[in-house]
Amino acid sequence: MPVKTGSDLSERVRKGDIAAAARAMSVVVDERPEADELSKAFFPYSGRTQKIGLCGPPGAGKSSLAGRLIGFFRKQGLKVGMLAVDPSSPISGGAFLGDRLRIQEHATDSGVFIRSLASRGMIGGVSHTIFGAIHVLEAAGFDKIIVETVGTGQDEVEIGRVADSVVSVTTPQLGDEIQAMKAGVMEIGDFFVVNKADIPGADKAISDLKGALALGRGHAPKPWEPPVLGASAASGEGVAELGRALERHWNFLRQSGEGKRRLREQHREELSLYISRRAYRDAMRRVSDKNLDDLLEHRIDPASLGARILRA
Amino acid sequence: MVAGALEETRRPYRILIAKPGLDGHDRGAKVIVRALRDAGFEVIYTGIRQTPEMIAQTAMQEDVDAIGLSLLSGAHMTLFPQVTQLLKARGLERVLVFGGGIIPDEDVAKLKKKGVDRVFGPGTPLSTIVDYLNASIGSKAATSKPKKATRSKAR
Repeated sequence: MPVKTGSDLSERVRKGDIAAAARAMSVVVDERPEADELSKAFFPYSGRTQKIGLCGPPGAGKSSLAGRLIGFFRKQGLKVGMLAVDPSSPISGGAFLGDRLRIQEHATDSGVFIRSLASRGMIGGVSHTIFGAIHVLEAAGFDKIIVETVGTGQDEVEIGRVADSVVSVTTPQLGDEIQAMKAGVMEIGDFFVVNKADIPGADKAISDLKGALALGRGHAPKPWEPPVLGASAASGEGVAELGRALERHWNFLRQSGEGKRRLREQHREELSLYISRRAYRDAMRRVSDKNLDDLLEHRIDPASLGARILRA
Repeated sequence: MVAGALEETRRPYRILIAKPGLDGHDRGAKVIVRALRDAGFEVIYTGIRQTPEMIAQTAMQEDVDAIGLSLLSGAHMTLFPQVTQLLKARGLERVLVFGGGIIPDEDVAKLKKKGVDRVFGPGTPLSTIVDYLNASIGSKAATSKPKKATRSKAR
């Protein structure tokens, strides 16, 4: 089918047409020429829906936990859109997108839309076009949006500039309090979930996390203290607690200025991604074989050549 | 001109590998997933025990270019046509459908009539499948006539 673009496609997305949303998502993540037009059509609907980020090391159970969270939201009659990012191979450019396999119980639920995305070279747990994909879900009228990151574990901080509420998922026996004190994802979690709480060591993991978080706590209570929760995606234990905590956080974000502050940061990040992608691509198009020959023969240095190309 | 090494490559094709029915033997499917990943495809795997509805719905949400169905139980004459029919109902006839597993030769022609574009038997070299997908995906998308899709709404 030829890609329907422009107002037709965006209107169908607005009406909640899943097939249209799926198509629009491709236009956006493939950065096809029509993507800008869609971005313009969808942006007015952005910023109203809670975006929940799930991060944590591979195998922590992010996808399974997402499946449980979807079930929790669906029981409340909420429609859920989910983006699941997995790594692209730097060698072949291919990817095995395996998150969805854990969530297939929701495959035929018309109130759930799940899209697997490849990171396509982006470091930090998400993809360059993640905001565009989110805007499709926002325009399609989903009530909750879940973004699951690649799962690098320690420095997936990009999700903190994409999601409103960041859930850091870990498991027992992944390390002690010292691990929990390290920089990176520990700094951006709004919730810490020790998944697989049914296996030994969960209590210690929970207390290590609480201990590490307490070290940074001053005398005055912060407006939002990240809770540390035990959960089991396998049994469903702790999922309702997480769901309720997410709701509390969303209320906190909306009532305090924090929600707006985060949204502003998200817009800055989206703009920065757009500019860097576009400027890079346009500049690289101006690189010629002769430029490379000049470098090879030392007729010019990379810095001077680069500056000249950027000015062109 | 743009230097070859810097030229943007075409977007990776997206492939759904699915296991319809009750057969739980998915080593073959996983070998295909791995081979396609290494050949530069973005591959989504459904896991085992999928209904045709789950497969068609997943294909739509993921907007895939092709679906590979793997089945070893003998139920292919029932399940494969159900998948192609459900794809058609969603306006997804442009999606290439290929199958693999234990499928007798006499069934292959019948499956082709029911919308399965190609069947690969045991022992097919992985490169044959990769070459087939690379050659066929663009051409099928270009030739299939779009019909009005049955619109499914989020509720």
